[in-house]
Amino acid sequence: MTSDGSAEHLSPALRTEALEQLLTERGLVDPDAMDRLITRYETNVGPLNGAKVVARAWTDPAYRRRLLDDGTAAIGELGFGGPQGECIVVVENTATTHNVVVCTLCSCYPWPVLGLPPSWYKDPAYRARIVREPRTVLSEMGLELPGDVQIIVRDSTSEVRWLVLPERPAGTEGLTEEQLVPLVTRDAMVGVAKVEAP
Amino acid sequence: MDGIADMGGTRGWGPTHPPRIDEPVFEERWQGRAFALGILAIPVAGWNVDAFRHATERLDRTAYLDDGYYGRWLNSAELMLTESAILAPAAIDARARNLRGEHVEEPPTPEPARPGYAPAAEGSLRTVDAAPAFAAGERVRARDMSPPGHTRLPAYARGHTGVVELVQPAEVLPDTNAHFLGENPQYVYSVRFDSRELWGAGAEPFAVTVDLFESYLEKIA
Repeated sequence: MTSDGSAEHLSPALRTEALEQLLTERGLVDPDAMDRLITRYETNVGPLNGAKVVARAWTDPAYRRRLLDDGTAAIGELGFGGPQGECIVVVENTATTHNVVVCTLCSCYPWPVLGLPPSWYKDPAYRARIVREPRTVLSEMGLELPGDVQIIVRDSTSEVRWLVLPERPAGTEGLTEEQLVPLVTRDAMVGVAKVEAP
Repeated sequence: MDGIADMGGTRGWGPTHPPRIDEPVFEERWQGRAFALGILAIPVAGWNVDAFRHATERLDRTAYLDDGYYGRWLNSAELMLTESAILAPAAIDARARNLRGEHVEEPPTPEPARPGYAPAAEGSLRTVDAAPAFAAGERVRARDMSPPGHTRLPAYARGHTGVVELVQPAEVLPDTNAHFLGENPQYVYSVRFDSRELWGAGAEPFAVTVDLFESYLEKIA
C-alpha cells in the first residue's frame, strides 16, 4: 500500500517472478516443467499444425470428408492432439458461407492445431463485437465479404473447439500439399481472413 | 456469473486491432512464465480448469484488464493459490518488493486448504448413459438464468430461441465442477441463433452458434 492507502501497481513481470520463486522454492512447481511448457507453445505447437491439416484436406478428398465428419480423429491422424483439443469441430468456409470463431467468455482456442491465441483474439473489442456486428468487425480487420455471404459466428462456450477449413484459393490447382502448407494462415483458420494465392 | 468476463455483445471497447504479422507467442518473457505457472499451479491448488476460469471471472476490472491476457493468468493464479491457502494473501506483492530491493516482511506460509476434489477421468469429455434430450434441428430456448456462481451460458443468449445444429459429446458441467460440487456430465448442443433474435430487427444478418449444456436449455412447447 502506498502512503495514501491505495495499492501500488507492481509490474506483472515482477509479480510473476515473485510467484515463480514462491512456488519453486517450496518444490511445488518444477522450473524445468515450466520451460518445457513454454517451449512447447513457442516452438512446437502452432498454426503450422493447422496448416498441414488444411493442405491435406485440400488435396485428399477422403481426408476432407473425415475431417468434416470427425475433426478430432482426422486431426489425430496427423499426430496432433492434447490440451484444449479434446473435441475439435471443423467447419468449411465456401463462396456462400463464412465461419468465424470466438470465445466471448474467456479466450478458448484450439491449441493443438493453432497454438496459443494471438492478441487480437483475446482483445475485449473482438470478443464483445464479433457476435454482434461480425460483418463490421471483419471489415475493420481487413476482410470484406460480399453481401450475400452467410456469416456464422462460432462462440466457444464449452470444451468444443472450432477450426475453420478455409476456401482453397483459385489459381492453386497445380500446387502440391507441401506447396500449399505455407499459404495457410492462422487468421484464415479462425475466419478473419481468406487464404490468398501466391 | 454476470461480470467483466461475459463480454459477448457488450459496448464500449472501441475498434478491434487488426492482426499483426509475426507477432511472437509471448511478447514479453513474463507472459510465458505466467502462462506456465497458471497451468502448473492448478494441480498444486487441487483445483480444476473450471474453477480456474471462475477465478478469472471474479477478478475486478483492473486485475482483469490492465495487464492483458497473461496478467489475467497471473492474477487468477494468485486468487486460486490464496483461496486454497497455498500462499498467504499479499505474499506475491511482498516477495516482489523484496525482489526489487525493498526489505518488507513476508507473511508466513499458511496451512493449505485444498478442496476435496478428484476428477473422475482426465480431461472434460465423459460418457453418459442417457440419450440426448434434444435432437439436431429441434428448436430450443436458452434458460433465462443468472446464477451467482460459474456458468458458461453467456448473458446474450439467455431467454433466446435457437435451433440445435449439432449434438456434441457429453462434458463435465462447469457450473458444478468449478465449485467442486461434482462433474454432472451433460451433452452439449451447438445451438444456432439468428442475429435478429439476439439483437433485434436492425441487426446485421448473420447467425451465432453457442455451445450450451443440456441443463441450460428448455424445450419449446
